Amino acid sequence: MKFTCLSKGGGFHFPPCHMLSVSGFRILLDCPLDLSSLAIFSPVPIALEAHESLETDSVVRKKQKIEKTLDANDLVCAEPWYKTVKSLHLWDASFIDVILISSPTGLLGLPFLTRTKDFSSKIYVTEAAARIGQLMMEDLVSMHMELRQFYGPEDSSFLQWMRWEGLEVLPSELKKIASGTDCEELGAWMPLYSAVDVKDCMRKVQTLKYAEEACYNGTLVIKAFSSGLEIGTCNWTINGPKRNIAYISSSIFVSTHAMDFNFLGLQGNDLIIFSDFSTLDTTENMENDNTYCDPVTSSNASDDLYNLEEIAASLLKDDESMEEMEKLAFICTCAFDSVRAGGSVLVPIDRLGIVLCLLEQMSLLLESSSLKVPIYIISSVAEELLAFTNIIPEWLCKQRQEKLFSGEPLFAHVKLIKERKIHVFPAVHSVELLTNWQEPCVVFCPHWSLRLGPVVHLLRYWCSDPNSLLILESGDDANLALLPFKPMAMKVLQCSFLSGISLQKVQPLLKALQPKLLLTVSEGFEVQDPNF
Amino acid sequence: MAIDCLVLGAGQEVGKSCMVVSINGKRIMFDCGMHMGYTDSRRYPDFSLISKTGDFDNALTCVIVTHFHLDHIGALPYFTEVCGYKGPIYMTYPTKALAPLMLEDYRKNMDRRGEDEQFTSDHIAECMKKVIPVDLKQTVQVDKDLQIRAYYAGHVIGAAMFYAKVGDAAMVYTGDYNMTPDRHLGAAQIDRLQLDLLITESTYATTIRDSRYGREREFLKAVHNCVAAGGKVLIPTFALGRAQELCILLEDYWERMNLKVPIYFSAGLTIQANMYYKMLINWTSQKIKETYATHNAFDFKNVRNFDRSLINAPGPCVLFATPGMIVGGFSLEVFMQWAPSENNLVTLPGYCVAGTIGHKLMSGKPTKIDLDKDTQINVRCQIHQLSFSPHTDAKGIMDLVKFLSPKHAILVHGEKPKMATLKERIQSELGIQCYCPANNETVTIPSTHYVKADASGTFIRSCLNPNFKFSTHSSTDKSYLDSNKSKAVSRLSVSDDRATEGILVVEKGKKAKVIHQDEILHMLGEKKHEIQFAYCIPMPMARTEDLSSTSHMLCGFDKSTLISRLSMILSDELSEGNILDLGEELQVESFRVSVCSSDNCPHRLSSSLQNGSESVFFCCNWSVADEKLAWKIISIMKNSTL
Repeated sequence: MKFTCLSKGGGFHFPPCHMLSVSGFRILLDCPLDLSSLAIFSPVPIALEAHESLETDSVVRKKQKIEKTLDANDLVCAEPWYKTVKSLHLWDASFIDVILISSPTGLLGLPFLTRTKDFSSKIYVTEAAARIGQLMMEDLVSMHMELRQFYGPEDSSFLQWMRWEGLEVLPSELKKIASGTDCEELGAWMPLYSAVDVKDCMRKVQTLKYAEEACYNGTLVIKAFSSGLEIGTCNWTINGPKRNIAYISSSIFVSTHAMDFNFLGLQGNDLIIFSDFSTLDTTENMENDNTYCDPVTSSNASDDLYNLEEIAASLLKDDESMEEMEKLAFICTCAFDSVRAGGSVLVPIDRLGIVLCLLEQMSLLLESSSLKVPIYIISSVAEELLAFTNIIPEWLCKQRQEKLFSGEPLFAHVKLIKERKIHVFPAVHSVELLTNWQEPCVVFCPHWSLRLGPVVHLLRYWCSDPNSLLILESGDDANLALLPFKPMAMKVLQCSFLSGISLQKVQPLLKALQPKLLLTVSEGFEVQDPNF
Repeated sequence: MAIDCLVLGAGQEVGKSCMVVSINGKRIMFDCGMHMGYTDSRRYPDFSLISKTGDFDNALTCVIVTHFHLDHIGALPYFTEVCGYKGPIYMTYPTKALAPLMLEDYRKNMDRRGEDEQFTSDHIAECMKKVIPVDLKQTVQVDKDLQIRAYYAGHVIGAAMFYAKVGDAAMVYTGDYNMTPDRHLGAAQIDRLQLDLLITESTYATTIRDSRYGREREFLKAVHNCVAAGGKVLIPTFALGRAQELCILLEDYWERMNLKVPIYFSAGLTIQANMYYKMLINWTSQKIKETYATHNAFDFKNVRNFDRSLINAPGPCVLFATPGMIVGGFSLEVFMQWAPSENNLVTLPGYCVAGTIGHKLMSGKPTKIDLDKDTQINVRCQIHQLSFSPHTDAKGIMDLVKFLSPKHAILVHGEKPKMATLKERIQSELGIQCYCPANNETVTIPSTHYVKADASGTFIRSCLNPNFKFSTHSSTDKSYLDSNKSKAVSRLSVSDDRATEGILVVEKGKKAKVIHQDEILHMLGEKKHEIQFAYCIPMPMARTEDLSSTSHMLCGFDKSTLISRLSMILSDELSEGNILDLGEELQVESFRVSVCSSDNCPHRLSSSLQNGSESVFFCCNWSVADEKLAWKIISIMKNSTL
C-alpha cells in the first residue's frame, strides 16, 4: 500500500485530495477545485469604470512596486482561471484506476481529468452527490459565461497575469495565492471546462447508493457510507484481498438535514485513513509531520470491553446539531432586524443543507411577524436543485424521513414556493424578477467567492446601504473577498458552520472503530507500507 | 446445513403471501399478507406454526415485506401488535410510506362491512414505527451473519425482490414482479447472484402476453365509448398502485383527446396519495423520473375528489373507488347503484381473488349477483377486464429463473394446475429442481457451505509451471488427392493445459490445505513406495533360411541383435513414446525390456510355455504411471514375431 496526500484542502468547499495505491490499483480520493483562489480576480467591472481601469491598469500597478495596502485595482482584471489540486496535474490521469468522490465539492475538478486523452478510470459517486455536483458545475459554467462575455474571446494577452512580469507586479498577498510560496502552484491553474465537458464527465460516472457494493475488477469491493456532512456525502470502505481500508472524510455525527454519519458501517477495517482536517486545522496547530500511530496499543485492554453502544450513544448526542440550529436561529434574527430597519439581506452561502434550513427558519420568523418580506433565490439551477431535494428521502436524516412517512414535503420550501413566499429566478435579469422585485427582501444567491454570479451585482447595489446585511461564511480572507466592494457601509455577518468531526469526538470514534492502524498524512508526504 | 421453507400462505393459491425460511440458523419471514377472499381465521397465515409458545421474537430473525399490497402486508399489524412480534421489520422506503394508507383504507372498509376488526389505527401506526426502511441495492447487515439486499421489482412503486445471505447460503424471494416496464414503473432488475434457492411468484405461470400498448388502447377505447355515450365508468382499485398508473394513462389520453369529462378519486384514494408519489418519483420509470424538475407526472390536472352526493348526479364521469375487487366498502356501494344501467362500465384492473364480487364478474357474465341472502344486484352494465397486469408472464418467470440459475426454485402465489405446468418446464428446460408446496407444508433443500483452504507454496509454484504437451497430428492434405497420391502432412501442435494435481489435507482443528504431491510424504513422515510391474513375455522367432545356425541355441544371436530387432518392430508399430536402445535393453518412458536368460524367471507365466524352443523370452518391467503404454507394447510384442 502507498498513500500520498496531494492536498489537505481548505475547509468545506475545498476537500482534501489523496492518491492511494492498493493491491496494484491506483485510487484517487476526490478531485476538488480551490475556488477561494478566485479572490485574486476582479469581479465583472461596472461597464463605465471598466474601460479606464483596463487601460490604466498596468501603468498604475508598475508604480506600486512599493507595498501598500491592497485596493480593488490590484486585482487581476481578466477572465478567471481555476485552481486545481496543485500536484494532481503531475500524475498521468490514464494511470488512475479508480476515482472515489465523497462529496459534491469533491466532484468539481473532475471534468479536467475526464476530458484528458486516455482517461479510463472507473468513477464512483453516490447518486445524490453526483446530481448535486453536476448542478453546481453547470451553475459555475453559466456564471463564468458572464465574465467571458465581458472579456470577449480569448487572446494571447489574457494570460498576462500569469507571466513572470505579470506575477512580479502582483501584490505579495495575491502572488502567494496565484503561485504558492515557491511558484510551484502556477501549473495548477486551468481555464474552466465547458458545459459539454461537464456532461461528458457525468456520463463516465457510476452512481451508487449508500452501502451498495461495487466490485472493481473482481478484486476490490468498494462501499460508500453516509458521512452526514451534506446530502449525498460519504466515507468509503475498500475491501481488498489482503486488507480492509476505511477512508473517513469530513463527517458530522448528527445532521440537521443529511443522513447521519454511519460510523458503524466503517467497523472491522484494519486501516483507517483519517482525512477530516476541518477541526484539526482550526484548533491546535497540528504537528506538520506524519502521524502514524497505533491506537490499539495505546488503548488499554480493559478499555476494549467498553461498551460499544455506550460510545455510540455518546457520539450521537446531538449537542452539535443543537448548536448549529442555534447558529441558524441567530442568523435569522440578525436578518430579521435588518429587514425591519428597511434594509435587505444578501446570503451568498452555497451549502445546500444550510440554505434549506435557513429558508425554513427565516420564513417561519417572517411569517410570525407581520412583515411582508419576500425571499428570492437567484441561480440558474435553483429550481431544479430545490425540486431535487424534495425527491430524495433516502438521503436525508431521520426527522426528514419521518416527513415522508407522514406525507408531508421533505423540506418546507415546496409549500413556501407554492404560497409565493419564496420566489425562484434563474438570473438577476430575469423578467419575472424585475416585475416582482420588492425591497426590503432576503436574497439567496451564489457565489460565495463574491467574484461570480448574481451576488456581485446585488452586493454593488447594496454595499453602501448601512441597513442592509451581508451574511458570509467565514473563510480564509474575508477582507480580500470584500475588497472590490469597499468602502462598505453594509453590515457583514460572518459565521462558521460545523464541517467535520469535533476534536473531542475523534478519540471515542477511533475506540469504536478499533482499527489496527490509523493514518493521517500532511500535504506532499507519502506513506508506504509493504505489509499491505 | 439445509434451508427449510415453511409455506404459511400463497402456496398453490394467490393471497396471504407468507413464507418462513430457515437458512443456516437464521429464520426470516418473507411477507405477511392476508387473504381477501376469507373473513374468518383463514384470512391470516397460521402463525402458530412458527412458534407454539408464541415467542416470535426468538423464533424469527427478521420480517421482510416486499411491497404494500394487502396480500403481502395485510397481516403485519396483526402479527406485531396482536401476536406480539417485536423484532426488526424491513421494507423499502415507498413501502413504508404507503403501507399505512393501504392498511388504513382496508381497515375502514372492514369497519363498514361490520366485521370485527382485527387491528386498529393505533396498531397500524405502532407497527410502522418498528419498520426499518431500506434503499435499493443497499447491503443491510441485519446481524453479524445475515445480509439482505433489495432489488427493483417493478410491480408497484417500492416493490422489491429480496436477497438474503447467511454464510455461503444465499436465496432470493421475488415477491411480485414485472419483467416489462409499464406506464410509470421500470422493469425488475437484479444482479447475477449465486443462489441456492429462488422463491418466485407464478401468477401468470402459463400466460404469454404480447405488447401492452394494444391492450392499453383497448382500455382507453372502452372508457371513451362509455363516457361519450353518457355512461359512468367505475374503476374499483386499491388505494395505491393501479390507481396512479391508470390515472397517468387517462390523464395523458384526456389531454390528447381534449376531453372534459371529470375523473374522480373516491375518499379512500385521496389526492394525498399523489403527494407520496411525488416524493418517491425516484422509484418510478426513467421517463417519469426525468421530468421531475419541470412537471411532476403525479400532479394530475383533471382529477377531483368524489363526493357521495355525486353518485346519482347526471352526466358521464370516471370514478376510481376503493377497495379493489369490490370486496365491500365504497366501491360496492357505487357498484350497487351503477350496475343496473347498461350505459355504465365497470373496469376491473388486474387479478381478483376467488370469493370476491370482482371474481364473480370476471368469471362468466352474470346478470344477477347475490350479495347476501336478502340483497341481490341486477348486473346490466358492461364489464371490461384490463388485460395488462403488473405481474410478469410465463416468459418473464422463465427468463428470471434462467438468469439467476439457482440450484432450487420454489413457486408460490399462483394457481395449482398452472404452477405444475411451469414446474415441469423449469425442471425439463432449465434442469433446476423445482417445488410448488401447498400451504403449511415445508420444503427442505440442502444449502451451500464453502471451506476455505490454504495452498502451499510448492503447490502454487506447480500451478505456475507450464504443462506443455506436444502431439503430432497427421492430416491428409486435400490438394494432393487429385494427383492420386495422398500425402500425410504431420503437424506439431503444442497444448498447455494447466490441470494441476494437488492433495487436499483436512486435519482436525486446522484449516484445510492444498499441497503438492511431493510434500505429502514429508508431511506424513512416511517413506515413498513405488509399485513396479514385471512380466516375462515370450516372442516367437521367425523361421529363416539360416535356420540351421539358429537351431542350436539362442545364444547364437547375441542379445543386442534381438533388442535391435524388437526396437525396429516397436518403432514401426508404436505411435507414441520415445524408444531408447541401450544395447542390452530397450526403454520407453519407464518401461524397460531386456532378454531374459533365466529359465525360471519369477515373472514368467507357466501357461505361456508353448513350443518353447522357438521363442525368446523378454523380461519387462514398468512403473504404474506408464501402465497403459506398457500394455500397448506388450500387445504389440505378442502379435508379432522376431
